[in-house]
Amino acid sequence: MRKTPLYEKHVALGGRVVDFFGWALPVQYSGIVEEHLATRKAAGLFDVSHMGEITIEGKDALKFINYLVTNDVTKLVPGKVMYSPMCYEHGGVVDDLLIYMYDENRFLLVVNAANKDKDYQWIADKSKKFDVKAEDVSDSYAQIAIQGPKAEGILQKLTDVALDEMKFYTFKDRASVGGVDLLLSRTGYTGEDGFELYLPPGDAGHIWDELLKAGKEEGLVPAGLGARDTLRFEACLPLYGQELSEDITPLEAGLDFFVKLSKEDFIGRASLLEQKEKGLKRKIAGLEMVEKGVPRHGYEVKSQGKSVGVITSGSYAPSLEKYLALALLDSDYVEIGREVYVDIRGKDRLAKVVETPFYKRRYKK
Amino acid sequence: MNIPENLKYTKTHEWVRVEGNKAYVGITDFAQGHLGDIVYVELPEVGSLVEAGEALCSIESVKAASDVYSPVSGEIAEVNDALEGEPGLLNEDPYENWIATIEMNNPEEVETLLDAASYAKHCEEEEEAMG
Repeated sequence: MRKTPLYEKHVALGGRVVDFFGWALPVQYSGIVEEHLATRKAAGLFDVSHMGEITIEGKDALKFINYLVTNDVTKLVPGKVMYSPMCYEHGGVVDDLLIYMYDENRFLLVVNAANKDKDYQWIADKSKKFDVKAEDVSDSYAQIAIQGPKAEGILQKLTDVALDEMKFYTFKDRASVGGVDLLLSRTGYTGEDGFELYLPPGDAGHIWDELLKAGKEEGLVPAGLGARDTLRFEACLPLYGQELSEDITPLEAGLDFFVKLSKEDFIGRASLLEQKEKGLKRKIAGLEMVEKGVPRHGYEVKSQGKSVGVITSGSYAPSLEKYLALALLDSDYVEIGREVYVDIRGKDRLAKVVETPFYKRRYKK
Repeated sequence: MNIPENLKYTKTHEWVRVEGNKAYVGITDFAQGHLGDIVYVELPEVGSLVEAGEALCSIESVKAASDVYSPVSGEIAEVNDALEGEPGLLNEDPYENWIATIEMNNPEEVETLLDAASYAKHCEEEEEAMG
């Protein structure tokens, strides 16, 4: 297993380390529910150094990325961040990623750890017709996320950057935090306001400690992969391999807002356009269990004994105190209030379709 | 880790307290610690029959579903309904909060279970194996 620069910190903090796509990372420290609730109420500190970073540089950089992803990158300006799916020709998803614009000729793409090598191959392959250079720079970055309503106040103790003036989905290329020059981004994957710090691996331990110290009084806690998953799940932020995959298009995943079919040509456009025109056969919908039980990834959803879909993510939702799921359902079954059954290890349990996101996201406007 | 002296244990981390022909069954401190936050307990049905080593019921933590195995054979006499509303009781005190009682039809099975010292040793070995 690969270790992040913060591995020793996790062990010292009592983190329960697991194998996450080849990375040794803590699933929890004190407990998933406690870390989850602390992040919603105060703040949580996450090691997300496993994420992949790929730079795109060259005179065609903007044009190339706009061809590569479904969102409209021409709307991006230096200092802003954009979320986008990246599709195959058939409309399925290679990965979902964040795009950081330094300037027209230089961008940083942040991708899922589990997909990084596949993504880099895909990007390098597609870049051949453009005047650009793609480089996998993942080993040059550690990444720490501080998330929650107290994140800004805690981080402000370590930097002169006027955080109050930073909007969500913006970044500072070279911000000084705790004496370290790093990329400071107001982004996250929890449904809360927060920041992500991209920094040299050698400085990660120092910044991690400084943040924990600075946030002690406000209630900042280290939080593991378990809480990261339940937090993103409540906020209905998609997870690749669950709500998105090679076999699920961004339209089916409800990410229409990030698919700009009217922009110039991009990979997957024809298939997505056709899917939209014909109408979607299935869609991601939210489910709440009416009868008790924990719905989980892969469980079948049924109506009148026949299969009408599958759970993509399911969990007990700690902030909402409900058993909830996201499911890829036959489009005939997605209206709010529709009753379906989830096959929970051999027993059909009643559930109903509910609005998403389950938890209202609280971002800094 | 808490392993009371007066109980019997299984290698799959259940405990048993015997009162006459009745066995109280629950999960151990080791089990609740490794499961993490327990968010749902699917209780067995009163009156149903179980064999030693068979699944008695299932427990769901945030991350996964796990079976609880019956340490003894017999008929489910009572279930602890409090766990339905408050599954986290198993994290708070796994020995106070039993899951079910079983009217044993083969009480000698209890003799084959581990005592506290043997169970403690078994837990240590599992911890080592997990690294």
